[in-house]
Amino acid sequence: MATVRIPPVLRPKTGGQAEVEVGGGNVGEVLRSLTGDYPDTQDQLFGEDGELNRYVNVYLNDEDVRVLQGLDTAVKDGDTVVILPAMAGGAA
Amino acid sequence: MASTDTQRAQTIEEIEPFEAAEEINGGDVVLIDTREPHEYQEAHLDGGKLVPPGLLAEEIASAAPDKAARTILYCRSGNRSAIAAAQLQQLGYENVASMSGGILQWQEQGLPVVSPSGMTPEQRERYSRHTLLPEVGVDGQVKLLNAKVLLLGAGGLGAPTALYLAAAGVGTIGLVDDDVVDASNLQRQVIHNTERIGMAKTASARIFIEGLNPDVKVVEHNGRLDASNILDVISDYDIVVDGADNFPTRYLLNDASVRLRKPVVSASILGFDGQISTFVPFEGPCYRCLYPTPPPAELAPSCSANGVLGVMAGTMGTLQANEVIKLILGKGNPLVGRLLLYEALGTSFTELKVRRDPDCPICGENAEEIPESEMGKFPDYDAFCAGAGGDRQSIA
Repeated sequence: MATVRIPPVLRPKTGGQAEVEVGGGNVGEVLRSLTGDYPDTQDQLFGEDGELNRYVNVYLNDEDVRVLQGLDTAVKDGDTVVILPAMAGGAA
Repeated sequence: MASTDTQRAQTIEEIEPFEAAEEINGGDVVLIDTREPHEYQEAHLDGGKLVPPGLLAEEIASAAPDKAARTILYCRSGNRSAIAAAQLQQLGYENVASMSGGILQWQEQGLPVVSPSGMTPEQRERYSRHTLLPEVGVDGQVKLLNAKVLLLGAGGLGAPTALYLAAAGVGTIGLVDDDVVDASNLQRQVIHNTERIGMAKTASARIFIEGLNPDVKVVEHNGRLDASNILDVISDYDIVVDGADNFPTRYLLNDASVRLRKPVVSASILGFDGQISTFVPFEGPCYRCLYPTPPPAELAPSCSANGVLGVMAGTMGTLQANEVIKLILGKGNPLVGRLLLYEALGTSFTELKVRRDPDCPICGENAEEIPESEMGKFPDYDAFCAGAGGDRQSIA
């Protein structure tokens, strides 16, 4: 099982949970387990073509999966997958 | 002991500061400062050689090798130099004088001193807890006093950042904001207050900063940044602090700051979550390397729509101030190539690596300079801004 860290904007789709435990042998499988358990996250993570939306950054532990093997990057038990969209809150 | 001192003082020549100044200007004078090193550090007479009273016997020979030369001694107020003058006479010095009134009277008469720090006595007092740190010291404090930092936004993040940068003595603080203080700001925007509701945030910030530290020059940019003015505005500053609340401004700032090679300390907050990173153009990634495109407007809620814990602004804003100070001092390891996440409910920090993107359209290997009208644009920009209601291009 891997731990997926859910960003604030997605927490309404995961029942308010900031972290969820899901299975999967690589990053793509982990994220699809997540969207299986919490279907409302599907549209926000993946486009209609099944690819990860480009405004969503995904990290395996502390490394961006874009510099690893993307969705094919292997995930071990106990790894953390961080989903990170940009935030712009600041001044208002 | 006192009577001995008096007897010594009676046997030595004492001269007034203006007489000493004339002799010193005429040349051929050995000038000896008979105070302690920390006093000498603060200010001394030009050409004065430090010989502390306790080291007089050991050090005078190297400082004043010619016992026949005209030798003028001074201290703080004239007492220690009078005693030292008598001692020198006993050691065989033939032409010794003590300057009465010391450096205090010298300065009272408007005569010049060398202040190696370039700091006034008030500044030495105010920043003493900084200058005690080896990583800051007098040199570092002078760097802070000479630094120019622009804050994008005088709101949630800008308020605590401005507070600590002003306290630290950052010499010029520019503030960009076109908003006025609202009651709903005061839960987190700690430089504004109840009395100033309705006042322009830049004006309110100026009152706060000037009240805290008169060393700081405040420059108000009470308006909006856009592609037509951003290069002019940021070119006057050494470092930009990004606390903007909207994506178009963040991308615009990124593109302009990469072009002008200005470091940007960027943070954002929402709810109980915060992010911070430091973007130093071409040394590390830029904002677009991290976020090639923002989420669609409906997935990018603002603090006004979603809420934010007030202290989050303080936590992330003071982390930004810390980054700025390190960049100015050239000390430590700023968050270049690192994104720090803070989650306040769990009190947990997470650090992620951020790489330069070789294909980045702004700082990548093959990036070409874009026209100013294209600065700040990102894929789906028009749709984003339309989706955001069209009013999110300002810093509000």
